[in-house]
Amino acid sequence: MQKAIQNGRHDTTEPARTGERKQMKGSQMIWEALYREGVDLIFGCPGGAILPTYDALSEYEAEGKIHHVLVRHEQCAAHMADGYARATGRVGVCIATSGPGATNLVTGLATAQMDSIPMVAITGQVPTNLLGTDAFQEADVVGVTQPVVKHNYLVTDVNELPQIMKEAFYIAREGRPGVVLVDVCKDVQNATGWFDYGIPVELPGFEPWPEIDSTAVRRAAELINRAERPLVLAGHGVQLAGVSRELLEMVERAEIPVVTTLLGTGNIPESHPLSLGMGGMHGEAFANRAIQSCDVLIALGMRFDDRITGRLDRFAKQAKIIHFELDRAEVGKNIVPDVAVIGDLAQTLPGLLPQVVARRHQVWLQELDEWRTETTETDILNYEVDELIPPFVIRQLWHGSKNAKNGPAILVTDVGQHQMWESQYYTHDHAGQLLTSGGLGTMGFALPAAIGAQMGQPGRLVWAVAGDGGFQMTLQELAVLKQERDLPVKIAIINNGFLGMVRQWQQIFYERRYTGTPMLSPDYVKLADAYDIPALMVRKPEDVAAAIEQAQNTPGPFLIDFRVKEEVNVYPMVPPGAAVDDFIRRPKPSVVQGYSGVEPSW
Amino acid sequence: MKHTLVAWMRDKPGVLNRVSGLLRRRNFNIDSLQVGHSEQLGISRMTFVVDGDEHMVDQVIKQMRKVIDVTRIDNISDRLSVVRELALVRVRTTPETRSEIIQIVEIYRGEVVDVALDSMVVQIIGSEDRVDSLISLMENFGVLEMVRTGRVAMLRGSSERRKRGSSVWSARSNGIEAATATDLFSRSGV
Repeated sequence: MQKAIQNGRHDTTEPARTGERKQMKGSQMIWEALYREGVDLIFGCPGGAILPTYDALSEYEAEGKIHHVLVRHEQCAAHMADGYARATGRVGVCIATSGPGATNLVTGLATAQMDSIPMVAITGQVPTNLLGTDAFQEADVVGVTQPVVKHNYLVTDVNELPQIMKEAFYIAREGRPGVVLVDVCKDVQNATGWFDYGIPVELPGFEPWPEIDSTAVRRAAELINRAERPLVLAGHGVQLAGVSRELLEMVERAEIPVVTTLLGTGNIPESHPLSLGMGGMHGEAFANRAIQSCDVLIALGMRFDDRITGRLDRFAKQAKIIHFELDRAEVGKNIVPDVAVIGDLAQTLPGLLPQVVARRHQVWLQELDEWRTETTETDILNYEVDELIPPFVIRQLWHGSKNAKNGPAILVTDVGQHQMWESQYYTHDHAGQLLTSGGLGTMGFALPAAIGAQMGQPGRLVWAVAGDGGFQMTLQELAVLKQERDLPVKIAIINNGFLGMVRQWQQIFYERRYTGTPMLSPDYVKLADAYDIPALMVRKPEDVAAAIEQAQNTPGPFLIDFRVKEEVNVYPMVPPGAAVDDFIRRPKPSVVQGYSGVEPSW
Repeated sequence: MKHTLVAWMRDKPGVLNRVSGLLRRRNFNIDSLQVGHSEQLGISRMTFVVDGDEHMVDQVIKQMRKVIDVTRIDNISDRLSVVRELALVRVRTTPETRSEIIQIVEIYRGEVVDVALDSMVVQIIGSEDRVDSLISLMENFGVLEMVRTGRVAMLRGSSERRKRGSSVWSARSNGIEAATATDLFSRSGV
């Protein structure tokens, strides 16, 4: 995984497959460019305006160069490309037709862009002579997608197509990764032009890898070496730069505890004594307390999102803040750091390492340990609960999948309560083990992203963990599992009959007025059966482990419907707008976790 | 506080939309915005005025730098520069007021560019203040129609060594501590 990422970085050399100047149709140019970029997998759905391109695909499919995965909704094409990119570190590619096909992509593009995922989206567009006439299936796709992509293109001249495709991949991959959309008019796909992929990319306005200021690195090292209560806050950038090993080396040498963001999960093994897990809105109390009481906060590849900082003016007040970040627009956006180190973490962190001296912080770590013990004592898992509760399911999932074959299991979560429980109760020991929509918080992400991840990592165990709400947003993609020759994605539905996280907010902030949150689910076992996917329903705690084992031992896909207790909340919780140490603690299970008597309306 | 920013961008379709879209999305307040050709073929030059605190301008500059087609951006607010605006004002005239209006326009070194029986078009080029002040005088006679270009600006020549004709980043704004806006401006671009 990390190797794959490294291959894409600072890639100034020409790709191996350059070849000479050739005359071909625009439709073929698209595939030729993808092939030369090393793309062998593409997710999409055809339609009128992209038909010439689909026609040209047959040759590439027949030769085994590119495999196309047919999705059931274009949003999922983007999520699959996204999941593929997250799992492999390569650029994910999706394709759709004009108008509705392209507008359906938008949610998926925004999801990837918010989480800095390298992705290229190709869309068909009406012929150039119909542009702007409100033609059938016309939408201003470049206009619609502009705020949610890193860059986009409208191609109206076939001779520009090779250059644009090359730029698209370059922009998507280099620097802080992101999404590039290429909208290709239908007549351009049919036109013939010269294809030349040896052309250099010249983008004077694109500055992917800023020069590194060694003075800033030195100042950062000085602050770290002087710190008595240092803390690392590690984000997604650590994984994108592939520097978790360097991070571990640094924190072990200087004995610095580590809090991660949601997307930074697993940056250092969570079973490591220096790991405090995730911080922020649903971070453990000791992690958030650590943020509030450290004296030097070393933020690595993260952007001080409101879900991690809580109330900004009370965030880490006592700390000197060092911000390592590639995107300079993130520096000073929410938090003004004392030292900013702008540049690629793959260069700045190794540059910092030799300057960090070996130290011990006994007092600080002891304090953290006391807080940790206090938290553990109130943990729901330490109480006898005879009903099926979600944290228990997640913990069993960890027990069942921690020794997966062919590398660590990949967990793909949806958005909501189960996402937070997964991050709290699954012990992630590897960066990139958890794939989730952190920035945009897109429900329905889990299943399609898991499909993409599984296709990128065919040998690994992939679990899609979703709530009943999110799962129903994209469940049509179950068909893809079958069509892609029984893709072995395992699905766990944490089914509580509610839009759980929204219900939790209604319970806490809206006096339990459960408006629009109770939800009816189909019989998921029968549903899976309709798709010819084996499935189980689990109601009792004692059946969980066996079900997980059965799922993992069954070749191909498997679905488990965990019918969990309805009204269980995610704790601790920092109310929106509060400081991160101003949290609602985990109550004793008998007090709040009990069944309220409110039945879903159905 | 008002800041005058100058940005250079590749003359590509939709580039204005990219910039204006960014300014809207990030909730930046724009007072005026003017685009035209620069001395370099294929590069447009935009002068725009944002109203906001240092933090906001810092973000405007950083976010603008991320637009692929934007090749360079400078904040010239705190630096010696020539700032001009052009306005055309159609003012109501009567035989009695006509000569008085012409006199005023002459004092402002403006020009009468069109005359009709009951109105004339006055052109003024100058700093924003001067344009404001002439327009407020014209209002006494009755302004029928008005158009202003918004600021265009250029740095004055100085002894400071400049890399001439470079519309491309010099990647120097690294490691800015406590990234204050003024600090950043002095390092960005030029």
